[in-house]
Amino acid sequence: MTDFGSMLFVFVLATFIGLGVIRRVSRLLYTPLMSLTNAISAIAVVGSIVVTGADHPLEIRILGAVALFASMTNIVSGFMITDRMLKMFKKQ
Amino acid sequence: MHVIGELAAILATALFIFALYWMNDPKTARRGVIAGVTGMTVAVLATWIQPEILHHGWIVGAIVLGFAVGIPLSRVPLTAVPQRTALSHAFGGLAAGLVGTAEYFLWLGEGSAQLTPFRMSALVVEVILGYLTFTGSLMAAGKLQEVKWIPQRPVTYPGQNLVNMGVLALAAGIGVALVLHPDAAWGGKAFIAIGGLALAFGVLLIIPIGGADMPTVISILNAYAGLAAVAMGFVLNSKLLVTAGALDGSSGLILSIIMCRAMNRSFSNVLFGAFGKAQPAIAGGEQKAWKQETVEGAAQLLEQARTVVIIPGYGMAVAQAQHKVRELYDALTKRGVTVKFAIHPVAGRMPGHMNVLLAEANIPYSALVEMDEINPEMPQTDVALVLGANDVVNPAARYAKSTPIYGMPIIDADKAKTVLAVKRSKNPGFAGIDNELYGLDNTWMLFGDAKAVVGDLVKQFGSGGIH
Repeated sequence: MTDFGSMLFVFVLATFIGLGVIRRVSRLLYTPLMSLTNAISAIAVVGSIVVTGADHPLEIRILGAVALFASMTNIVSGFMITDRMLKMFKKQ
Repeated sequence: MHVIGELAAILATALFIFALYWMNDPKTARRGVIAGVTGMTVAVLATWIQPEILHHGWIVGAIVLGFAVGIPLSRVPLTAVPQRTALSHAFGGLAAGLVGTAEYFLWLGEGSAQLTPFRMSALVVEVILGYLTFTGSLMAAGKLQEVKWIPQRPVTYPGQNLVNMGVLALAAGIGVALVLHPDAAWGGKAFIAIGGLALAFGVLLIIPIGGADMPTVISILNAYAGLAAVAMGFVLNSKLLVTAGALDGSSGLILSIIMCRAMNRSFSNVLFGAFGKAQPAIAGGEQKAWKQETVEGAAQLLEQARTVVIIPGYGMAVAQAQHKVRELYDALTKRGVTVKFAIHPVAGRMPGHMNVLLAEANIPYSALVEMDEINPEMPQTDVALVLGANDVVNPAARYAKSTPIYGMPIIDADKAKTVLAVKRSKNPGFAGIDNELYGLDNTWMLFGDAKAVVGDLVKQFGSGGIH
C-alpha cells in the first residue's frame, strides 16, 4: 500500500532543500543549471526501466521503451551539454 | 535486493543535491556534473538488477537510441541552446505522460482494486502535466528554432483564455470522475481523453506567447516538467523520483520568479497576457532624429574612454558576434580601457543565455556583471556600447505607463556619458516599442549587422586606424 503521507513529506522537504540550494546558484550559470536539473529529473528513467523490462503486455512495454528513450536522451544530452558549457567559464 | 535499491536511492539523492550545491560557483560547477552522472548511474544500475526485469534487450535498445540522439543534441551551437532546453523539457514531459499511461492500463488490467484514489489522482496529475509539458515545450522549441509553420508572433483571438481554461478544466473534471469511479466501463476512454486534452492544452498555452517572453516560458515549462516527475514518483511510490522532480521543479520555479521580476510581470500575465502584440508608439512626443556615427568615430570614442560597458542582447546571438566582441574586448583592455559586460536577466532567449555565449568566446566571467551591480556604475561610465539589446535599455520602461515594458527594470545605458547603439535596421525591437534611448542627445547610432560592425571596429584598432 502506498503511503501518501510519507511521499508528501518527502516532496515538501525536497522542495525546501531545492529552493535553498538553487537560490545560491551563481547567476552566471542559469543556462547550465537548467540543463543539469533537466538531466537529473530524467531519473524518471528508473520508472521507464521497470515498465519496459518487466513481464508486461507488449503495448505497455512499447510505451515504456519510448519513455526510456526520451529519458535517456535527456540524461545523455543534459549532462554532456552542461559539462560543455561549464568548461567555457574561465576566470581569466 | 530491496536494500540495495533503497541505499542506491539515498546515495543518488545525496549526489543530486551536491550536484546543484556545487553550481554556486563556476570553479566547482563541473564537479556537479560528475556527481550527477554518478548518482544517475547508481540509480539506473540498482533498478536494472531487480529480479522482475526480464527484457534486457529492450532496455539496451532504448538506451542505445537515447545515446544516438542525445550526443548530437549536446553538440548544438550555443545559440541553439534555448531550443535544445525546450526540447528536453518536451522529452521529460513525454516520458512522464507515457509511463503514467502505461501504469494506468497495467493496473486497469489487474482489476480496479489497484486503482486506489491516491494512485488514480497521482496518475491524472502526472498525465496532464506530462502531456501538456510535452506539446507546450515542442511549440516553444519550434518558435525558438523559427520553424516555418509555427507562427513567431503571438496568436490571439477573443475568448482565448476562456477556451484554454475550459480545455484544462474539462481534463481535470474527467480526472475527478475517474478518481471517483475507477472501475467505470468508460474508464480507459476517459483516460485517453484526458491525455488528448492535455496535449491540446499545451499547444493552446504557448501559441499566444512571443519570443521576448521565452526566458520566462522556458522556466515555467521547466517547473512543469519537474512536477510531472514528482507526480510520477507518487504513482510509482518512489522517493528518489519525488526528490529529483522536486529539485527540478523548485529550480524552474525560482528561475520563473527571477525572470518575471526582471520583466515586472506576474506568472499569469506572461501566460495569459500575450506580450509582444504590436503596441502603439509612445504617445505624445515626436520621434527624435537618430544621429549616426561612423565606425572611425566610434573607435575613437572607445579608445579615449577609461571605462566601457558593453550591453549584449539577443541581436548579438543572432549575428553570432560574440567572437568579434572578444576581439574588441582584447583590443580595448590592451589599451588600458576597463571593459565590462552588463547582463540583464532576460537578455537572450533563456535564463543565463548571454553568459554562456560570452563564456564560449573566452571572455572571463569576472567581466560579466549583473544589472543590479552595474547600474550604480553607469553614471561614471564613459561609453555604453549597446549590442543587439533593445527593450532592456529603453528608458521608457521607467515612466511610460502605456507600454508593455513599463516598470521593467532596465540597464541604465542612458546614464553613461556617451551611448553607442549598434542596430541592424531602423525597425523597433521584438516588443514593437520605440526605443527612446536612440533619440537621446548623448546617443550615437551604428547601423549594421552586429558582427560586421564590431568586426569593423576591431579593424580600426588593428592596422592603420588608431595607434
